[in-house]
Amino acid sequence: MSVQPWKRIGIILALWIIALSAISAYSQVTFDRLLNSAKEPQNWMTYSGDYSGKRFSGLGQVDTTNARTLVAKWVYQTGATGKLETTPLVVDGILYGTAQDNRAFALDAHTGRPIWMYQRQIPGDIRPCCGRVNRGVAVLADKVFLGTLDAHVIALDAKTGSVIWDVVAADYRTGHSFTVAPLAVKNLVVIGVSGGEYGVRGFIDAYDAATGERKWRFYTVPGPGEPGHDTWEGDSWKVGGAPAWNTGTYDPTTNQIFWPTGNPSPSNRGEGRAGDNLYSNSLLALNADTGKMNWYFQFTKHDEHDWDATQVPVIIDAGGKHLIAQANRNGFFYLIDRTTGKLISANAYGKTTWSDAKDSEGRPVANKNASPTLEGHTVCPGALGTTNFMAPTYNPQAGLFYVTARDQCDIFSTAPQPYEAGHAFYGSAYFPSEEAEPYRGFLKAIDPATGQVKWKFEHTSPTWSGVLSTAGGLVFSGDAEGNFIAFNATSGKALWHFQMGGAVYAAPMAFAVDGKEYVAIAAGSAVYAFGLP
Amino acid sequence: MSRKPPGQPLVRQSPVRIIFPVSRLTLAIQLFALLLGTVWTARADDRNPLAGDPKAAKAGEYEFRINCALCHGLGARGGGRGPDLTRAVKKYTHSDAEMFQVISNGIPGTAMPSNGTNGQGVGMTDEEIWQIITYIRGQELKAPVKPLGNATRGKDLFYGDANCSGCHMVEGRGGRLGPELTGVGGSRTRESIIDSVRNPSRRLAWGLTEATKEFPQEYESVTVVTVDGREIKGVTLNEDNFSVQIMDSSEQIHLLEKNKLRSLQKSRVSAMPKYGNEVLSDKDLEDIVAFLTDMGAK
Repeated sequence: MSVQPWKRIGIILALWIIALSAISAYSQVTFDRLLNSAKEPQNWMTYSGDYSGKRFSGLGQVDTTNARTLVAKWVYQTGATGKLETTPLVVDGILYGTAQDNRAFALDAHTGRPIWMYQRQIPGDIRPCCGRVNRGVAVLADKVFLGTLDAHVIALDAKTGSVIWDVVAADYRTGHSFTVAPLAVKNLVVIGVSGGEYGVRGFIDAYDAATGERKWRFYTVPGPGEPGHDTWEGDSWKVGGAPAWNTGTYDPTTNQIFWPTGNPSPSNRGEGRAGDNLYSNSLLALNADTGKMNWYFQFTKHDEHDWDATQVPVIIDAGGKHLIAQANRNGFFYLIDRTTGKLISANAYGKTTWSDAKDSEGRPVANKNASPTLEGHTVCPGALGTTNFMAPTYNPQAGLFYVTARDQCDIFSTAPQPYEAGHAFYGSAYFPSEEAEPYRGFLKAIDPATGQVKWKFEHTSPTWSGVLSTAGGLVFSGDAEGNFIAFNATSGKALWHFQMGGAVYAAPMAFAVDGKEYVAIAAGSAVYAFGLP
Repeated sequence: MSRKPPGQPLVRQSPVRIIFPVSRLTLAIQLFALLLGTVWTARADDRNPLAGDPKAAKAGEYEFRINCALCHGLGARGGGRGPDLTRAVKKYTHSDAEMFQVISNGIPGTAMPSNGTNGQGVGMTDEEIWQIITYIRGQELKAPVKPLGNATRGKDLFYGDANCSGCHMVEGRGGRLGPELTGVGGSRTRESIIDSVRNPSRRLAWGLTEATKEFPQEYESVTVVTVDGREIKGVTLNEDNFSVQIMDSSEQIHLLEKNKLRSLQKSRVSAMPKYGNEVLSDKDLEDIVAFLTDMGAK
């Protein structure tokens, strides 16, 4: 039977439309789209949802009036064990996530069904600190980027999960690893190394997204002749730590990457590394093209409590001021002028005993009783900090900064360890302080202008969950007992919860498919997506 | 030495020694053993390569502080959470190889985690584990500690006049309101048990341990009033932000949603009465400790 020419055109047209819609499911993520991510709130294309680190979703379909009706839409079991810390990304209906032991996967964001799965085999002698975890991928063009526990940076084909390039950033046998979600900026993939518990010399790298060629590296511990080198005693800089294991933010107007750094090594013993130990526990402002440092701000000088400053530095514009807000592990909430790097304010947002004075710049300084001793000495916050890697959120509509916090004090006791390549390099031990109150965990809403806590929700026990805020007037977070909770962003009232059956170590995110809003979070061994019935 | 991924059984490569003139059958058996990866012969060869080395013991002391002291206490004398490791006789480990195995893989069903998973340390290398074993061996007391009390009399007191069994169970006999105590003498020091009796509120006992939770539930006292005005007093068995499980003094378990309660009051004053000297003499207490120590050693 012959087909009429107009019918033939119709069939060809229909096939084209089908082909185009299939292609659009895998459309390219351009730098321009990442810059303007607010224009497509259905997508979540970077670790914190946008370059500013706000972890705020512009979706408002789920709001304070209907949140109580939320239901589980799907659950994806990763098959991994341990702590699942991933923040999934969603681009045009495809969800990209990671799990422990170098896993990555792509799912149909509507159904939770897998499209592809990838796992890089792990050498038997890797040295991850604190779990074989990963916090997520970056996307750019048609690729998905992953850092691995054996210190590789890998580009996967977003459509298939096939490896496009694979570069070795450092030697895993000396304690280098990646757990961080990389950040795609311009044509670069920016990533920071872990290994502060192994005496690595920390760095932040940028790779050409197309080829994997390394474009720049910034060592977070300056070498001989570089500014800041004299803040290290003798050769201590060589094993100085200052890792960069959490995702930074990007300011396109000044073309600066803001990346936070972690503890000096050994993490809990200052003997042998006299000085401020730059650029440990600092916020670095780096030129995105060159990796050259414009300014730095050090939160905790000469740290002896493992108070990494790796919390997400959130870019906020308020009252004509260009700011960066960070709720730091040391218990203080910092507001910094992001043009100059000068401190504007620092206020305690949790229980602290280590500082009762500020220097001329307003920076909290350690008191005499803060240092660990051989017999052991109680300091607040404890080694886990007032907060840690859990991602915070800033809701521009409510004008509030939300962060997971804990009140816990520890006894810090020195335990001298010689440096040995690839061996743990702590220099100290910490124990729960029996005389202190039991640990308490909170979700706190902070007014960044004043540093005041506007409301707090006390959890049954401290949680490791990150926080999401949405245009629906909601804040989402999880608890250590496995609940996923929706809060009223203004009052802090819990409006809804769902028991997921596994502790939360991840941060939530939101996306939409076919015009329907979902909120997703990882808990236990699985990723959960929730939506309206 | 190379580092082993946590959670894998200890299998060390060591040669099979053929000592006797062999028949074909024994040769076949030994070849089979060789094929099996020499697991059978591993135990005999798994002696601590660092045994008695004072330098290793010193390094082990610091590793112990970082990785173990959180539960086992400074000096390995027990921290109330983990057993006193200075006792020559241990419940789960006798040889160095067994100790290596336990440190590497943990003890299922207990709070003892596998190497690198306790959130405290970053995981130890084989060498560091052997250093810790060297240190622990050096800390061990030469002779087993003789209980000061009389265990037979302690048993009578436990189930009789002291009425411990009103709330605590040992070997299937006793109440359920307080922690089960059959193994407590093997995992806690004498001082720690005495402290729990004399000052029960100073450190509340641990109850339910969820695998994913950082710290287990404690035996907090709780009083709730339901919407219909009913008051329930007891201890918390488990709790999250929205629900609580309570066992009342008659051992009834109540599963409650917090938003359906009129009030919920928690207290860190233990439901266990404080047994002062006037209620329980030092001698009686020592007898009870002796009974629990005997039970724990089984």
